[in-house]
Amino acid sequence: MSVDAATVRRIAHLARIAVEDGEVEHLRGEINAILDFVAQLSEVDVEGVEPMTSVTPMAMKKRIDEVADGGYPETIVANAPASENGYFLVPKVVE
Amino acid sequence: MNAHAKPSKLIKGADGDWEVVIGMEIHAQVTSRSKLFSGASTAFGGAPNSHVSLVDAAMPGMLPVINEECVRQAVRTGLGLKAAINLKSVFDRKNYFYPDLPQGYQISQYKSPIVGEGKVVVDLPDGESVTVGIERVHLEQDAGKLLHDQHPTMSYVDLNRSGVALMEIVSRPDLRSAEDAKAFVSKLRSILRYLGTCDGDMEKGSLRADVNVSVRRPGAPFGTRCEIKNVNSIRFIGQAIDYESRRQIETLEEGGTIEQETRLFDPNKGETRSMRSKEEAHDYRYFPDPDLLPLELTQDFVDELKKGLPELPDQKKARLIADMGLSAYDADVLVAERETADFFEAVARGRDPKIAANWVINELAGRLNREGHSIADSPVSAGQLGAILDLMGEGTISGKIAKDLFEIVWTEGGDPRAIVEQRGMKQVTDLGAIAAVVDGIVAANPDKAAQAKEKPAVLGWFVGQVMKSSGGKANPKAVNDLLKQKLGL
Repeated sequence: MSVDAATVRRIAHLARIAVEDGEVEHLRGEINAILDFVAQLSEVDVEGVEPMTSVTPMAMKKRIDEVADGGYPETIVANAPASENGYFLVPKVVE
Repeated sequence: MNAHAKPSKLIKGADGDWEVVIGMEIHAQVTSRSKLFSGASTAFGGAPNSHVSLVDAAMPGMLPVINEECVRQAVRTGLGLKAAINLKSVFDRKNYFYPDLPQGYQISQYKSPIVGEGKVVVDLPDGESVTVGIERVHLEQDAGKLLHDQHPTMSYVDLNRSGVALMEIVSRPDLRSAEDAKAFVSKLRSILRYLGTCDGDMEKGSLRADVNVSVRRPGAPFGTRCEIKNVNSIRFIGQAIDYESRRQIETLEEGGTIEQETRLFDPNKGETRSMRSKEEAHDYRYFPDPDLLPLELTQDFVDELKKGLPELPDQKKARLIADMGLSAYDADVLVAERETADFFEAVARGRDPKIAANWVINELAGRLNREGHSIADSPVSAGQLGAILDLMGEGTISGKIAKDLFEIVWTEGGDPRAIVEQRGMKQVTDLGAIAAVVDGIVAANPDKAAQAKEKPAVLGWFVGQVMKSSGGKANPKAVNDLLKQKLGL
């Protein structure tokens, strides 16, 4: 598996990372190197092997249904670059 | 299922008939106190960002922990839709950027949903029924809310809804008209409300639909579909489908092609329009959420929930028809809303079900509708209505007086039996008392009495006079009998 320059631009756009034209070729090489490295895993025969989801067998922890959090709007917006009346403020996005 | 529409459902085009094919994705807010992966409140409204935990705001290092009640609700919903429950399901990240989604991904279920295939039987107004396949139901997070009209250049973001649990219920493309689609959503809403897994409040956004519409010539393969996003009322669903199917037919008849795209329904203009900006974002790069283990359930857990399911609309309707002798129409009206069905059953307990149905549907529901009340805040309780029916059934009051009594209880409240006592509304069954009134009226109208022999209609006039002078309280049958005797008829 290898990616071309268009795919690099697409991945960058989906991740909302600005990539200069001059960087594309370098990034293409890096991404392909990562993919080649990971591709070694496909040499292993995993036919019939259950995917391992945790190192020690355990069940997912669950919480009981009660309100035990929230109620601190000033903390929520404390680090926002802009906020007003308890809301986050972002550049206008409208369909 | 790839059933074909009945001819009556086809749409006439310029050169021949077209068939509309509709499938839906319904987003139903799970009824729970706290969110799917955090302990913040799900309550509607609230000051901005007050029902938000650090998890919901996606602060660094926060980890999701699943709410067990949301899992139970999803399983109950699956059971209510006669669906397969998957004992192992997986949460995935659906990646996209939008200001209402602080994580940069929505936690959802992609390849392994909690609920598999099921079905909903939808009864249509013409008496036909359609079985609509359910493809899957999965659990996912709701996003926050954006306000665009509060500031000239900025949008406000409120994360109170961020992380609230939703069930996405996906139907098969088994619907063939706007009417089918509306009936399907109504039925689904009714089932969810019976189950108590979603309050179905469309005004508050607890239930909204993405509607997939395509058209084809009858018998042809499926056409290209367009998805109308986020339609939030049953009426709008109908309007959106009508508009979109006509638009597609016109495009095709003019030699155009339908592009697969996402569209938005504008309720003010009654039309759908393209949302091109969302197009390229359709690469969500799903992958299993490494913060969450697979969700594993035991069969015992599922069986226990199954035992606790309430009677659902289909079962209740069948019982009202079979055991109580109601008509299919009356049963349909009564079971559509759980509150109405409960009210009816409380009134019917130990009484004649048909009379109870008649009063609940005609007197009570009619009046509630006219005055904009829901049955939950009915001024006349089931106990009060039951007492009115008892007074009528035992002959204490006549049917006419019962309606007057209903009116008094509606406006003033109170115990019907006490009201009848206090206001002297009892039906007079004492033959002597009625006979005295009859004698008086016949004696006062000798000419009419003479006519009665030739003109039977005059008897009605006498009945009316006697009823009037008794304030409607005389037993009508006794009046009739006594008059006939007195007038020699």
